Amino acid sequence: MNAATLPETVESGAAGRRRRGRTAGRSTARLVVTEAKLFVRDPLGSFFAVIFPAALLLVLGSAMPGFDEPSADIGGRKPVEFYLPIILAMAIGTVALVSLLNVLAADREKGVLRRLSTTPVSPVRLLVAQLAVNVAALLVGSALALLGGWLVFGIEARPNVPGLLAAFVLGSASMVALALLLAAFTPTSRAAMGIGSLVYYPMLFAAGVWTPGPMMPEAVRRVADFTPLGAASQALQDTWTGDWPQPLHLAVLVGCTALFGALAAKLFRWS
Amino acid sequence: MTVIEVSNLQKRYGDQVAVRDVSFEVRAGEIFGIVGPNGSGKTTTVECLTGLRRADGGMIRVLGLDPARDRAELRRQVGIQLQESHLPDRLKVWEALDLYSSFYPEPADWRALMAELGLTAKRNTVFAKLSGGQKQRLSVALALVGNPRIAVLDELTTGLDPQARRDTWQLVREVRDRGVTVVLVTHFMDEAERLCDRLAVVRAGEVVAIDTPAELVARADVPGVARPTLEDAVLALTGPTASTPN
Ligand SMILES: Nc1ncnc2c1ncn2[C@@H]1O[C@H](COP(=O)(O)OP(=O)(O)OP(=O)(O)O)[C@@H](O)[C@H]1O
Ligand SMILES: [Mg+2]
Repeated sequence: MNAATLPETVESGAAGRRRRGRTAGRSTARLVVTEAKLFVRDPLGSFFAVIFPAALLLVLGSAMPGFDEPSADIGGRKPVEFYLPIILAMAIGTVALVSLLNVLAADREKGVLRRLSTTPVSPVRLLVAQLAVNVAALLVGSALALLGGWLVFGIEARPNVPGLLAAFVLGSASMVALALLLAAFTPTSRAAMGIGSLVYYPMLFAAGVWTPGPMMPEAVRRVADFTPLGAASQALQDTWTGDWPQPLHLAVLVGCTALFGALAAKLFRWS
Repeated sequence: MTVIEVSNLQKRYGDQVAVRDVSFEVRAGEIFGIVGPNGSGKTTTVECLTGLRRADGGMIRVLGLDPARDRAELRRQVGIQLQESHLPDRLKVWEALDLYSSFYPEPADWRALMAELGLTAKRNTVFAKLSGGQKQRLSVALALVGNPRIAVLDELTTGLDPQARRDTWQLVREVRDRGVTVVLVTHFMDEAERLCDRLAVVRAGEVVAIDTPAELVARADVPGVARPTLEDAVLALTGPTASTPN
């Protein structure tokens, strides 16, 4: 017998497929649990993703006088009301460009992906687990911010729920695609940090974190409309007050997701 | 029975030729060693063998599988310890073993493996806080946790203290006695001599000799040394003054 003979333990047929299916389910569950533990053990990452949005809202609310009182300047609305959707946009940007980008870059730099690629598990599944954990963190962080706005400032909103969900999902997708693209060409986690913040702060600006709502100059807004987080922020603000998102913003979000996603898929390397 | 067959393997990195022409066969149940100077292409060879890199030329069969084509099936059956590999800093020892064992259809008992490698006391220590030797032991454990039919171990005992080295040798022998074929890359001649059934000596990307350690010593022609050791024999084959293979 020589090497050309198939080993007897290679299972074919239904039994082998079933066993492999079970292994795949079990390993995916373990990967998600492991990534969740690693996420929680990274104090900076979990703070920024989960606590920061609510904390920022509360800090701004207690520092800025009149934050939760109707203001004549902005049509009798409370500043906190139009700040909340901006905070949601910021939460999306933070999870994508800080938490997710860092974990992706660190794993590749340390050879974690390379180690994983010696096992039957595809690194794609690690990526999926990391996405799942980061999306969960984003949902918790956003929920905490909404809860804070409601409990502390008594915000009453009549959002356009389907529109708001669409804006949130598309905004997240475009920013995750951007993070994957950045991770594709940042060789080290230090470089990822650097490039991440180079992109992060302008994105926050475009989202209106420093010039919320009507305070954003018209010229800036016209540029911001074409950035993923700017478009997401505008769409979130529109839907928050019950309107439908503007087609331009949805188109920008879909376009960014497709473009960044395709480039990332082309450029991403596992080691 | 041959479980690994490599013929005329070639691999370049850009202009740099890492493997010029490597051929060997590994039989079922043996411990096969690969020795040679730094940069002679040992790691590249085992990486091609396990499908981590795609060879530029030559033929490889591992358990009848082509590593470039049947990656998934190969990885269920081959456990690999990379020369350089890391885990996430905050992952604990037991979590790593538990996680990696979930990747395989019929894993080994990771708790027993953890005990055999002397890691039980460190089960709750995170990867970043392990010593170099403890990381290495974990790496060996992860290579074995899938109950592989072939274990490929690249610089298995580098960084281990003398006792840990001997314990690891014992573990490798036990693994072999369970029927696992072992491919071992090493720079330690005592390790090669005591552990390996046969050795391939490589120099500058070519195999210059394949034989049992005893035969390599017996055949050694080292001027001025009456009773050469395996190290003398290997150095004579790979040193700058060695004649080119033919
Ligand atoms: N990723 C890479 N890119 C470019 N060149 C590489 C790469 N990996 C290895 N090489 C080159 O290929 C040659 C063989 O390297 P390899 O790692 O296979 O040697 P080795 O025998 O394992 O050495 P060592 O004993 O130091 O581990 C070396 O000259 C090295 O510089
Ligand atoms: Mg090497």
